[in-house]
Amino acid sequence: MALQPDGPVELGTGVLNNEHNDMGSDLKVPTMAEMFAAGQRPEVLFWVGCAGSFDDRAKKITKAFVKILNKAKVSFAVLGTEESCTGDPAKRAGNEFLFQMQAVTNIEVMNAYEIKKVVTACPHCFNTIKNEYPGLGGQYEVVHHTQFLKQLLDEGKISMEGGKFKGKRITYHDPCYLGRANQVYEAPRELIQKLDAELIEMRDCRKRGLCCGAGGAQMFKEPEKGDKDVNVERTEQALETKPEIIAAGCPFCNTMMTDGVKNKERETSVAVMDIAELIAGAEDL
Amino acid sequence: MEYLPNILFVLILVAGIGFFSKNVKRLSRNIKLGREADVSDNGPQRWKNMVRIALGQNKMGVRPVAAFLHVIVYVGFIIINIEVLEIVLDGILGTHRLFAPLGGLYDFLIGSFEVLAALVIAAVVIFWLRRNIIRLRRFTKPEMEGWPKKDGNLILYIELVLMILFLTMNGADYQLQQLGTTHYVQAGSFPVSQFLAPFFDGLSEEGLIAVERTAWWLHIVGILFFLNYLYYSKHLHILLAFPNTYYGSLRPKGQFRNLDAVTREVRLMMDPSADPFAAPAENAPLPEKFGASDVMDLSWVQLLNAYTCTECGRCTSECPANRTGKKLSPRKIMMDTRDRLEEVGRNLEANKGTFVTDDKQLLDHYITREELWACTSCNACVEACPVSIDPLSIIMDMRQYLVMEQSAAPSDLNNMMGNIENNGAPWPFNQMDRLNWVQES
Repeated sequence: MALQPDGPVELGTGVLNNEHNDMGSDLKVPTMAEMFAAGQRPEVLFWVGCAGSFDDRAKKITKAFVKILNKAKVSFAVLGTEESCTGDPAKRAGNEFLFQMQAVTNIEVMNAYEIKKVVTACPHCFNTIKNEYPGLGGQYEVVHHTQFLKQLLDEGKISMEGGKFKGKRITYHDPCYLGRANQVYEAPRELIQKLDAELIEMRDCRKRGLCCGAGGAQMFKEPEKGDKDVNVERTEQALETKPEIIAAGCPFCNTMMTDGVKNKERETSVAVMDIAELIAGAEDL
Repeated sequence: MEYLPNILFVLILVAGIGFFSKNVKRLSRNIKLGREADVSDNGPQRWKNMVRIALGQNKMGVRPVAAFLHVIVYVGFIIINIEVLEIVLDGILGTHRLFAPLGGLYDFLIGSFEVLAALVIAAVVIFWLRRNIIRLRRFTKPEMEGWPKKDGNLILYIELVLMILFLTMNGADYQLQQLGTTHYVQAGSFPVSQFLAPFFDGLSEEGLIAVERTAWWLHIVGILFFLNYLYYSKHLHILLAFPNTYYGSLRPKGQFRNLDAVTREVRLMMDPSADPFAAPAENAPLPEKFGASDVMDLSWVQLLNAYTCTECGRCTSECPANRTGKKLSPRKIMMDTRDRLEEVGRNLEANKGTFVTDDKQLLDHYITREELWACTSCNACVEACPVSIDPLSIIMDMRQYLVMEQSAAPSDLNNMMGNIENNGAPWPFNQMDRLNWVQES
């Protein structure tokens, strides 16, 4: 399941009809270096992550999230070229040494910028920075983008009217490193419900959510011999709910579920979308 | 002569408990072969977890049928142990139904023991059907073949026999009470065993006494046998679930331990004033081995986990790798760890307390690399365990050994790690291109 540099083919479902608006240059994405040089401190660092920076599908999620941040006038910045892999896949593969090298380097950069709060759209980055960086000298308040969006909504900084997703059948796939690993189950679900969409749960959800198959560095290797691939098993569970959209909150889950939907030849009727894309879509951003 | 039964009873009791304590010592010696683990933190939270998870069984409810049957057997055994106390005292003192003066309370207690015993019999029969006739998938996985399957059934048979003996003893006792036989004090209520009367039809008073005494002796000897069977079976969980839930991890499940030995190395590398060519100090300890290739490399909590596992298979039935036909089974990881630990323990005993290498280890001889690399680290097994066992931590420790001591990662993963080292991403993209997405349409 190794991801090629050109990334997975994008879905053409027309559910998220904002491609016409997808002008990268519209995005306001300040870097920490720029802000620091101007004597400014953003409220929050947006940790983009490797997938969000390089994977073609995940970049759309990144942009959707930035559009919302821009719309809500959130004071944020990214590290840009100063960001590096958190070390999560190295650690789960057993390379603690490489993990800690990455962690210590990233922590030095973040501490130099006096970062207090971090938001990220990747549950793996979220988990690693939140749980494994403090022991190495990196203490930050870390939130997943679904938690952050929920807060923006609660504070009235974004609204989700327009009813583009009204009545749509959406099933939500719990990313392991967001759900079981960190007990974040409700924020993404509350956001889906705010879209006036019909949230349908899969057979295995929340605490018993079935993995997409990408975690533990599986994303970067071929699976071991078995009867089927984990992402196909999970996609079958998702398709049982007869969804129009499979929502995810993780770029890796997104890739795995997208591949699963293609494997089942359902890509014309079922879209795999990130929560941020749903909200950006509802707002017509 | 009058005290012969008392003496015999005390001898059996001492032998039973003595043999059991010998095995407890063996158990504790084996667990202590593990590396140190700091679990001295958060005492109150740990007690709370033990009460909730072990005593309160709050993680069993995920599977309601099993939870219901299990709670019957669990409550049955705990409550019926009050009766065992009376039996033991009667045996030592030569009394009969020592607690009878409790009157109404005694009637209530004996009555409820009987009802529980009947329910336990029903539950045990259903458990047996689930294992042998319905053949639930989690009980028929490859690692359950042979001894584990027999072991599971044996435990059910022993429980069944103990309950039948208990009711037989009471049933005969009730008949004797009605006959007004001396020594058989009128006490207790027998809501279940009174219906055994037809079985005792035509038996003389002496015959009834023989049945009652035989059942009484077999019951208490059976209990002592069961106590000693625990160490050789998967059934240690009835004791170890308590310490195991106490010592269970309190961290978020996604937080994997940072290796201190590695942190020291990394700090040294980052320290500009450190001398890269400095020779190690004269009597510096040998560098710590990274990760685990054998049971001695695991922490003692992980070894306690292995002894606590009762092979219920909830972990394996939730495991995404196992569900899609891969070789990995978290339950097998725990069973292998225990089997290897037992082997090491026997080695110690055969060699007067020192371990003589047997050219075997946990890695490869028990747990294969294929199993280790199939794990997605999703924590489903950890979440599923009703007694806070963490198979994932063993898998991760063994991966650390493979990667950091053996450089034996699958080649795809070596590519990924090479990319992270060279360009700070798992894919071959230049770090300087990290912000290009802003400009791309």
